[in-house]
Amino acid sequence: MKRAVVTGIGVVAPSGLTTEDHWRSTLAGERHVSELDGRLVGQVPGFAAEGSVDPRLIIQTDRWTWMSLAATRQALDDAKYDPAAHDPYATSVVLASGSGGNEFGQREIQALWSKGRRAVTAYQSIAWFYAASVGQTSILHGTKGPNQVLVSEGAGGLDSLGAARRVIRRGTPAVIAGGTEAPLSPYALVCQSTSERLSTTGYRPFDADADGHVPGEGGAVLIVEDAAAAAERGAQQIYGEIAGYAATHDAYHPERPAPDCAQLVRAMRKALADADVTPDDVGFVVADGAATPALDALEAQAIREVFGRPVPVTAPQGYVGRLCSGGGALTVATALLALRDGIVPAVGNLARPGHDLDLVREPRQLAADVVLVNARGFGGFNSSIVLKRYREEGLRDAG
Amino acid sequence: MVTGVGVVAPGGVTRAAFWDLLTAGRTATRRISFFDPADFRSQIAAECDFDPRAAGLTPQEIHRNDRFAQFTLVAADEALKESGLDLGATDRDNVAVSIGSAVGATTRLEDEYVNVSDHGRNWHVDERYGSRFLYQALVPSSAATEVACRFGAHGPAAVISTGCTSGLDAIGHGHQLIEDGEADVVIAGAADAPISPISMACFDAIRATSARNDDPEHASRPFDATRDGFVMGEGAAVLILEELEHARRRGAEIFCEVAGFANRSNAFHMTGLRPDGLEMAEAITDALGQARLDPTAVSYVNAHGSGTKQNDRHETAAFKRSLGQHAYDVPVSSIKSMVGHSLGAIGAIELAACVLAIRYGVVPPTANLENKDPECDLDYVPKNAREQRVDVALSVGSGFGGFQSAAVLRRWS
Repeated sequence: MKRAVVTGIGVVAPSGLTTEDHWRSTLAGERHVSELDGRLVGQVPGFAAEGSVDPRLIIQTDRWTWMSLAATRQALDDAKYDPAAHDPYATSVVLASGSGGNEFGQREIQALWSKGRRAVTAYQSIAWFYAASVGQTSILHGTKGPNQVLVSEGAGGLDSLGAARRVIRRGTPAVIAGGTEAPLSPYALVCQSTSERLSTTGYRPFDADADGHVPGEGGAVLIVEDAAAAAERGAQQIYGEIAGYAATHDAYHPERPAPDCAQLVRAMRKALADADVTPDDVGFVVADGAATPALDALEAQAIREVFGRPVPVTAPQGYVGRLCSGGGALTVATALLALRDGIVPAVGNLARPGHDLDLVREPRQLAADVVLVNARGFGGFNSSIVLKRYREEGLRDAG
Repeated sequence: MVTGVGVVAPGGVTRAAFWDLLTAGRTATRRISFFDPADFRSQIAAECDFDPRAAGLTPQEIHRNDRFAQFTLVAADEALKESGLDLGATDRDNVAVSIGSAVGATTRLEDEYVNVSDHGRNWHVDERYGSRFLYQALVPSSAATEVACRFGAHGPAAVISTGCTSGLDAIGHGHQLIEDGEADVVIAGAADAPISPISMACFDAIRATSARNDDPEHASRPFDATRDGFVMGEGAAVLILEELEHARRRGAEIFCEVAGFANRSNAFHMTGLRPDGLEMAEAITDALGQARLDPTAVSYVNAHGSGTKQNDRHETAAFKRSLGQHAYDVPVSSIKSMVGHSLGAIGAIELAACVLAIRYGVVPPTANLENKDPECDLDYVPKNAREQRVDVALSVGSGFGGFQSAAVLRRWS
């Protein structure tokens, strides 16, 4: 079976406009939550499309796509992978999008209802819909492999990586995967407030005082490659292998969390089995950390049930907010950096630990080989992914 | 294996009504009734006469969901009933959900925006005037959640949103979940309900939709020399995909097999198509290869056939490139001539039509085809359905963003 490895990372997030800035900020424990129109949000400060996106494309696309294009450029540079140097069918784009081109869409609907239908621009038909970032990315980089767009709210980032691995196993050597989100325009914020999961005091995963999350923008894009193809082209770095992935759904109630954590437990166990590792092999867990008392309690219970020992648990997203589909992608990027440097970042914004878990309070030196990442989506989506330090001898074993 | 089919389409909700429409060659396109379209360039659409209460949805499901998610639930309900699958006796951990949609809850998002912005007056909108279910509208993943919750499906669930190929891609995704052993059963389909002012306005702006407003019944004219764009539609279709042994063990009636699925991107333009049809041809060839079928084995081609000038030439070229001389012999038709173009939903609705073509031995026609575009020189089954045994059906889709998809269905024996 082909193995899927991550060879490049690009980050556009509240914590930084590059991967290394994000990593430094995360380890330093800097919080990036600010006030916008009376709400707490995780904005990406200083992000300007100018400079990272072709001016022609800026007017045709939403902020969410700008961030996606900028993160993709970084990830390709980081991997030293140039799609144009390969067969056009050798590269795919598989991204998650939870909510599409919010600001663009609001502007166009506003124009329609205040000025009439002739005020709607030609670009509304290609900027707002959920496939816009994937389409623009494949056109910009000339990639003709199978594309996909996953929509599963907060679980989407992990689902895009699971789908990327499926595309690789079916014969496309390289995939641009991950996701970004830009849900901080006024209408998107109002829509999110009806989820009854927004906090007015801050995003504090696993804190005894957790009362919801802060929505944020940004995310990450990863270059995922068939390990053998990456070796053949002389890829200089491999952050880790996507060794296991699984998704389940609570299928309980469209708004309320399930009364038990059975389906999250099942996602974690399936991902571990898929990676052919045991819970004891896992060095640390990056949790979903939804930060409602009920959802945190369920995840804590699930982790205890799967591991049966005090495994180190972190949720650095507390520093930046929940980025919907961008969140899972960013969390995986962070987990891969932690594997690389042997240091686990702390749970973001944790003051009063509230659950019976080994929560990482300060960055912790930990030379792990395997990490489990969870992400859940509103409505009951559960996804888990197992990342492994990549060993070439494993490649030879696999033939 | 396909073991169930459910359809919500213009001209009649239910699979039977849909098939009656197609085999009679009737069209369901008409002047828009959902809002006053007088100011719009294109004032026509294929609307569903849909009563969610009569179709079996609960008041809460109706209140919580946009029309596209309501369509999804009703089509899924019909497909499951028809499949005879007893969910109580099924391991629901292995039942997955894969729903395609191009534009999700766009209609509800727009309706609510009018309220919270006071008719587009205020950029800083007032949430007190909005539905408490706006979040479900913002994230179209709600359609997959609704299906999972209604049927207790605990397997992998997702909405697939690749524009106008969403329906084909969602069913293709479901097919791959079964191939990879990640599910025994997949509730796979697609829905869209985009007949709203913002959707009509944005397609007006790029003149993609037909302006044959004085003759709505004959406005959707794929492959005809006088075609002038697509006619907006809405609807949903859901297929029950089932792993072969699982279907056999319970003695299910097997309609046909999903024998191949492939997709490619043209990496060319968000809305433009190169006339050579190269990438669609690649997808067709890949899908036929997975099915281990020679192009000459194809007995029916369900075209994307949107009725725009460039699309119909693009895919005619793709068929010639991938099927060779057989492209001239095989019947090719576009049901968009009758049910319009429901964006992401149509790929699933067209696959449903292929399942029924195999089952009943009837090839649906291309309505309104009077005079072929000289550059579209295949057998497009003009106006009248054709009784003919169909063993292998090929369905293709093409979407904004450059997406090209193909699926092959084969009679099961």
